[in-house]
Amino acid sequence: MSPSSLLARRAIRAMMARTNFNEGVEMPDLRYEAPGSLADAVKALAAAGGLTRILAGGTDVIVQMETDLIEPELLVDIKKIPALRNITAENGGFRIGAAVSAMQMMDHAALCATFPGVIEGVKLIGSIQVKGRATVAGNLCNASPGADSVPPMVTAGAIAHVVGPNGARDVPVEQIPVSPGKTSLAKGEIIESFFLPAPARNSGGAYQRFTPRTEMDIAVVGIAVNLTLDAGGVCTAARVSLGAVAPTVLLSKECADALIGTKVDEAALDKLAAAASAACRPIDDKRGTKEFRIKVAGVLAKRVAQKALERARHIA
Amino acid sequence: MTTILEKPGYNPDKKYKIIGTSPVKHDGFDKVTGRAKFAADAFLPGMLVGKYLRSPHAHAIIKRIDISKAEKVPGVKAVVTRDDFPEIKAGTGGGDMTRIAMAREKVYWEGHPVAAVAATTESAAKKALKLIEVEYEVLPHVIDPVQAMRDDAPILHDYLRTKGVKGPAAEKKTNVVERLELSKGDAAKGFEKADLIVEGSYDTKPMHQGYIEPQSCIASVSDDGQVDLWCCTQAPWVYRDRLTEILKLDSSKIRIQQSELGGGFGGKTTFYTEPVAIVLAQKAKAPVKMTLTRVEVLRGTGPVSGTASKIKMGCKKDGTIVAVDAELIFQTGPYTGSAFTNAPQAMLTRYEIENVKTVSYEVVSNRPKVSSFRAPCVPQVVFGVEGLVSEMAKKLGMDQIDFRMKNAIVEGHKTIYGETFTKIGFVETLQAAKTCDHYRSPVPAGQGRGIACGFWFNRGGETTGSMALAPDGTLNIILGTADVAGSRMSMSMMAAEEFGIPVDRIRSQLADTNSLGYNRVTAGSRTTFSSGMIVVDSARKIIAELCRRAAKMWNVPEEGVVFEDGHCRPASSNVGDFPPLSMKDIASKTTYTMGAICGHSEMNVTGAGPGFAVHIVDVDVDKETGLVGVKRYTIVEDAGKAISPLQVEGQFQGAAVQGIGWALNEEYVFGEDGKLQNAGFLDYRMPVASDVPMIDTVIVEVANPKHPYGLRGVGEVPLTPAMAAIANAVGEAIGIRPTSLPMSPPKLLKLIEQAKAQGLN
Repeated sequence: MSPSSLLARRAIRAMMARTNFNEGVEMPDLRYEAPGSLADAVKALAAAGGLTRILAGGTDVIVQMETDLIEPELLVDIKKIPALRNITAENGGFRIGAAVSAMQMMDHAALCATFPGVIEGVKLIGSIQVKGRATVAGNLCNASPGADSVPPMVTAGAIAHVVGPNGARDVPVEQIPVSPGKTSLAKGEIIESFFLPAPARNSGGAYQRFTPRTEMDIAVVGIAVNLTLDAGGVCTAARVSLGAVAPTVLLSKECADALIGTKVDEAALDKLAAAASAACRPIDDKRGTKEFRIKVAGVLAKRVAQKALERARHIA
Repeated sequence: MTTILEKPGYNPDKKYKIIGTSPVKHDGFDKVTGRAKFAADAFLPGMLVGKYLRSPHAHAIIKRIDISKAEKVPGVKAVVTRDDFPEIKAGTGGGDMTRIAMAREKVYWEGHPVAAVAATTESAAKKALKLIEVEYEVLPHVIDPVQAMRDDAPILHDYLRTKGVKGPAAEKKTNVVERLELSKGDAAKGFEKADLIVEGSYDTKPMHQGYIEPQSCIASVSDDGQVDLWCCTQAPWVYRDRLTEILKLDSSKIRIQQSELGGGFGGKTTFYTEPVAIVLAQKAKAPVKMTLTRVEVLRGTGPVSGTASKIKMGCKKDGTIVAVDAELIFQTGPYTGSAFTNAPQAMLTRYEIENVKTVSYEVVSNRPKVSSFRAPCVPQVVFGVEGLVSEMAKKLGMDQIDFRMKNAIVEGHKTIYGETFTKIGFVETLQAAKTCDHYRSPVPAGQGRGIACGFWFNRGGETTGSMALAPDGTLNIILGTADVAGSRMSMSMMAAEEFGIPVDRIRSQLADTNSLGYNRVTAGSRTTFSSGMIVVDSARKIIAELCRRAAKMWNVPEEGVVFEDGHCRPASSNVGDFPPLSMKDIASKTTYTMGAICGHSEMNVTGAGPGFAVHIVDVDVDKETGLVGVKRYTIVEDAGKAISPLQVEGQFQGAAVQGIGWALNEEYVFGEDGKLQNAGFLDYRMPVASDVPMIDTVIVEVANPKHPYGLRGVGEVPLTPAMAAIANAVGEAIGIRPTSLPMSPPKLLKLIEQAKAQGLN
């Protein structure tokens, strides 16, 4: 069932209750608002007493509500705010509104050409149907360490533009999630957009994840690498991000250091693999064992760095 | 009078017009357009929503349940607990059934229902559930069947004593329901004759049937106590009889209408919501609808048995298998019902083996009660057997199919369970496998190929049905056997072949339990075979009647009329020069002859033909991550006669996909606390479309002479060797043959490292 029809069902239930269709039923606990401006959205969230959720694609929030994991008092739908639905070119990079769907990003040719690594992550979110609604902002704010779009956003240096009751601030995306399900956003704060800065010359990014299934699965390990080469093919800058191996997505300096100053040869890749494995602080759970995650993080880090290297060399 | 069972009239030389074609299923249109009414699509005016309160503990005594606050929630019309169900002695069939529906003395798994609420809205019901107070005394739990057999294991039922043991062991409190020995010859002596002995220990985890339609029902109770039930089921009559037993109702006071079925695979042979919805409806005096969520389906309905087995096999240098010794353990959830006896009967039935010893155990544990799944308990043990068979062939340097051919059974084989086979097609199936394109193609570099064979009995049993001829010459068929896979269309096709008319002039429908006599559950791959017998028998009765009517209309003796291609004709020119009478010509004039023309048939159908399959699988394995890719998959199987080849292929392909899931990723993951960790399709990893290749099929047709059209069941055979074949392929690819399911990447990566350390790849 699509999120909109689920909402419709809830709305009908609420209506039935209000009109006393069924005697004695109390008013439902859930309120739904769809403001037309960001200021109104912030105001509504700031004023609410209980649990609130921002509704973008709804692919996490609605599922969590249906399975009784959360019972929010207020849902603020941000899809009616026009500015949040645009992808705009900015200083050689792109600004992506918080209500832009994954599919909208995948259909944006210039964005795909400039940030193939980010798009690799975006493409892996859910199914085609889910991607039609899901947003990268939602993927980030759900604060799952396994979110596929987050590691490549981190390595691309994405900055979230956050608006709240006390004004606006820019926050690197890796600082948004603080633990599973929790973000650093204050009450009333909303991510308005992400800024993906222009990639350096001779740089390349890539993302891969490990899942037992080919799709419709959650990363057991996810690795993103972004690296920049000089004219001699030496790596001058690198960012390596690991997903699903710690309570939050990690940005690993040790992994980056394994690549910087090298030609990303076999020895550097082995060092990267070791650093990636060492960076992991995973748990045993239904999706994979600790031991397995640590091993596969190293394997994937090598594969992803090779892909990023190809892109930096303009092979890919 | 000779019955169709004695004289099915199978004719090997007959050329069919309809049978063997694959027309679009009549029920297919509604399914692809969304008009088909599944159980949850039903609606009754004034109906209430029923919801469960489930146990948060895997094993606990229920000390107290207080529903007084819940009953006061506005909109709540009824709250029921164990107190609302008739008391039936624990440890009996009915006692187990009522306790699965609603916990009584104890809860036995996380998710065991302890109460249910019927309310005007779902939110009111949920509010009430939160206000039900249940006091538990939590007990230690046990889920693993091997652990559950230990002397120090927590005991689930104080009353349980092991069936099939003697002496002091028979008096002990235990979790072992039954010990069953099924043997022939002398296994110990047999191994003395063996030149090669191989053995292994195997384990498999509980997995779910994975039907897409969650269980749903509506119960409505009239003021005089008449119960109307609409539900998705493979077994309307079985539900009726068991519901009447546990709710103390007369069978005549309950009518069950089966809905369109959105998948069952054996999982809808047992009821869950139905008794609870009836009791809620009785108490609330309004219809109650209960629909499980996906989480509840995984947590509350029955996955298959997890197993642990030790198997030893021995053969001579020429490949003759001479002895087998097997110990098999089956996990059944808190109550018996795993159908584990299938396993020792079927595990080796395809090979001629003189000396066999098998000892099987059924063990209770704190997980949802087992439910059937295609060939219950057999694929889990074939997983071990066919691994050893492949190992023997490999060690002797014999071709995998030749080795199996050397031991293959033929007509006249007496099985370990006492049946003597008439015509069977195992040898023909092996031959077809050996000559198929897949087997003849070289194994692609870096991949592994696995072969495995399987068998399933196929069943018959009590079946009833009827058929009515309409004045326009079209026919309606009324069936009682649930249609889990397109059997209605196969029935229409068999009738069309009998009458010699286009299949579009015939429609098959499913009756409610008041409209026909008793029908056994759709299970055991029995439905197309058994109801097919009923349909052909009914059609032949109608044809005989048509001839009688034509004779009457022409005023000639009955034997002067023959029926062919939908028309009655004079048997010869001597009878008279009458233009043929169509079915419509006769049916439209029944008012002037002897009234409506109908056929019906009731039988305890016998003569089901056993089925055999060979699976050929190619896989590649990512040696750094343990990820398996199934690259090519071919199923070769004897269908006897494929009524609709497309539907038979669908059965093969669906089984392969379920086998791939079971082999690679599907498992119930329980935490230390006994709670299910992956109750949802996100983490209960069934394969998605892109995980499986196109499954190729080769339909072998060695007719079952006991059926008018020669057919054999095809629903279960194709799952039996699936995991064995995939594991054999993985073993070839990595150097060590896996012995534990699922072959998930973490497990496989360890095995790959072990193989590397031993220099095996």
